[in-house]
Amino acid sequence: MPSLGADMDAGTVVEWAVAPGDHVHRGDLVAAVETEKSVIDVECFEDGVVERLLVPVGTKVAVGTPLAVIAPEGATPAPTPAPTPALTPAPAPAAGTPERDGAASLPRATPPVRRFAERLGLDVARLPGTGPHGTVTHADVRAAASTGTTARTDTTDTTDTTDTTVPSPTPTVPPAAPAERPRITPYARRLAAERGTPPEALRPGADGVVRARDVPAGTGATPTRTPRPTPQPTRPTTPPSPRPAAQGMRAAIAARMTRSLAIPQYHVDSVLELGAPLDRLREVNRRLPVSERIVPAALLLHATARAARRVPELNGHWVDDTLVPATTVALGVVVSLRGGGLLVPTIPAADELTLSELMAALRDVVARARTGRLRTSDAADAGLTVTDLGETGGHSVHGRIFPPQVALVGFGAVVRRPWAEGDLLGVRPTVTATLTGDHRATDGVVGGRFLHAIDDVLHDTEEWS
Amino acid sequence: MIPADAPTARDEAARALVRAGLARIAPGPDLDALEDTADLRDALELDSLDFLAFVEQLSRTTGVRIEEDDYPRLRTVASAAAFLTAAGVP
Amino acid sequence: MSAVTSAAAPGTELPPGRMTYREALRESLREALRGDERVFVMGEDVGRYGGCFAVTLGLLEEFGPERVRDTPLSESAFVGAGIGAALGGMRPVVEIMTVNFSLLALDQILNNAATLAHMSGGQLAVPLVVRMTTGAGRQLAAQHSHSLEGWYAHIPGLRIVAPATVADARGMLAPALASPDPVLLFEHAGLYASEGEVDDTPVALDGAAVRRPGEDVTLVTYGGMLPTALAAAEALEAGGIAAEVVDLRSLRPLDEATVLASVRRTHRLVVVDEGWRSGSLAAEVAARVAEQAFYDLDAPPERVCSAEVPVPYAAHLERAARPAVDDVVAAARRTVG
Repeated sequence: MPSLGADMDAGTVVEWAVAPGDHVHRGDLVAAVETEKSVIDVECFEDGVVERLLVPVGTKVAVGTPLAVIAPEGATPAPTPAPTPALTPAPAPAAGTPERDGAASLPRATPPVRRFAERLGLDVARLPGTGPHGTVTHADVRAAASTGTTARTDTTDTTDTTDTTVPSPTPTVPPAAPAERPRITPYARRLAAERGTPPEALRPGADGVVRARDVPAGTGATPTRTPRPTPQPTRPTTPPSPRPAAQGMRAAIAARMTRSLAIPQYHVDSVLELGAPLDRLREVNRRLPVSERIVPAALLLHATARAARRVPELNGHWVDDTLVPATTVALGVVVSLRGGGLLVPTIPAADELTLSELMAALRDVVARARTGRLRTSDAADAGLTVTDLGETGGHSVHGRIFPPQVALVGFGAVVRRPWAEGDLLGVRPTVTATLTGDHRATDGVVGGRFLHAIDDVLHDTEEWS
Repeated sequence: MIPADAPTARDEAARALVRAGLARIAPGPDLDALEDTADLRDALELDSLDFLAFVEQLSRTTGVRIEEDDYPRLRTVASAAAFLTAAGVP
Repeated sequence: MSAVTSAAAPGTELPPGRMTYREALRESLREALRGDERVFVMGEDVGRYGGCFAVTLGLLEEFGPERVRDTPLSESAFVGAGIGAALGGMRPVVEIMTVNFSLLALDQILNNAATLAHMSGGQLAVPLVVRMTTGAGRQLAAQHSHSLEGWYAHIPGLRIVAPATVADARGMLAPALASPDPVLLFEHAGLYASEGEVDDTPVALDGAAVRRPGEDVTLVTYGGMLPTALAAAEALEAGGIAAEVVDLRSLRPLDEATVLASVRRTHRLVVVDEGWRSGSLAAEVAARVAEQAFYDLDAPPERVCSAEVPVPYAAHLERAARPAVDDVVAAARRTVG
């Protein structure tokens, strides 16, 4: 065993390129030896005839151990049959093998390549080689494996030896071209997982790539009123839920509303005239950049928050048969999602915000809800919830309370209605405000007072700042 | 001869701008299927915040200031495009 | 101190608080020379000639030859002398004409300046500031135009800053001198004539700045490429794409928090770097984003870098070799898809 590196103590013979009786010359490759680092071909130091192989394939011996006995040319070889181990892979002297002339003892492939080919059921002797001196390289084997079975070993050769000893077809090499993996950006993949859309349901854009915009929006992020408290939104720590999140959201809404059914609820409603407030809003908006314009929904939310300050009995939780009043006005806002479902994020301390600030808060929280990026602060406990059907919705909404809250305020669409002012009749923009109250906590008269307070705030210009 | 009511290249460009603005707010099959004359707030289920975002986007990309009084003119893709071309865009 | 106080300063008069990048650097040097007698300026032609890029013009007359010292043409010698002076308690500001020439002093910078604090177990500090010009665009050809700051940003023990605005040019020297570590300050040749507002606020040495907000794509850049990135953002805006421009300012340490926060909002990254692409700072930024914001990416990160050739002399070839506004716009568009 030659020393093939300063730090080499021992080596394993992994292949013999010669057999007893072969004529060898100085410089011929006679064996392959595996060291800690790699497989190295061993050259012969002498001319002569191989008499005996001393170290069987697979055996590890120390540096300096004789590997074989070479008799000088012309000497009578000892007739003793060589103890050739059965394991030795003879260099396949089959009909189709390259002729053994000058380069006779050159193996067709290095042992790792040979083993690799064997695992794939290929015979290196039949593969075209592109390496030095026509040797078969790893790439040649891989190419042959992917192009088909032309070079497969004869089944008769392999069935009883190779195949049974080889564990399994290699998983490291893609055999043929498999079904093409869809091109989905990491962010789109994450969004799809969060929204419960299976990757195979995604349809790519024109360039064949699925991006975030190609992921169906709003099929639901999280259950009602418990928006995803996710301070580090970058790590999808869990694999996509097998159950579509949309179903999860519906289930959560169902559970909560069913619980709400147990609450004895009363309803009060009132038509609020919005002529002056909306005129004023238009005036304000005219002076604002488009990006800061205030929508009527923000005005109604703002009025509700301020009314909650004036009539505090409806802002709180029903806990253990008692009303626990809230200390701040944290307003829940029902946000309907494109594609169904809803989220109810919270605007904390809503009564302390100016109208513009509330508009900004509303914009932000709705945007976050609709992109599935709600924050923990958006998930604070609300004391009172508002639902606004918006301009294209119905005229009034009689909602159900979100337990443990004790009231829900609803607004229908802003519509123009005939309106009596003194003894005259005019046409004014109006909105129907409704209030659902928990009868255990308050009575209808409080609800009526609350709606009246909203009306007052809307017409009180000092409340706007 | 080009009929007087045939869409001109400017109309086409204006409609593309409107649709691009909508695509930022409500992308998806509903938008692909949206007819030029359909009420886009209904068809795309835009609420007032969505609509404001659309107005803002349109205003930003075209440089046209859009007043609230102009909102009725943005009812459909076609009317919004007409509004833009009347304002000198594109 | 914000007014231009420059008896010897050449050029046009600018309103108070507004000055050129070159004047801002000169003001910061003047302020340092006045405020701390340990500070001195040293380099080739910094005295009589007023500096290769006229940054030190007038300082010799104002502060004398002891404190504004012309040196022989040996980068290794005068950077080494600067290191020695810093070890001895001085606060030298060494000017090297261009980053290409700094390679002659690389042994001093890497083997001495960057290592001594560590090899002495913290007993020695090298409060040295080395200023040098970097970048192409002035037809100074391949031996004066390269952007090698990325190489220096590879070296632990150094701080690397690249002021891209006039305010940063004015504000970065003071904290650089206050730092116990050697600081290399890279001035892009194309920025010297740019104008801007300054105030007297010192600039933190390790924070990136969002130069323009946007939500569709993040353009990360630094130094001489900031104007290109901003112009690209402007062009993108016209096409309805809102690009956020992040100016790294400090190349070592990298303020990856700012970059990551931006990418997590925009989901798209384009790095604009005048260095060569292979093994560049752009590669470092892209790798960190891929490592830490992979699940936020909605498109493969893009890099816009200089062509991998020695910077050509011919004006049109030089232009073609450097990242241009159109290249940045195209890359950003690819990320938006």
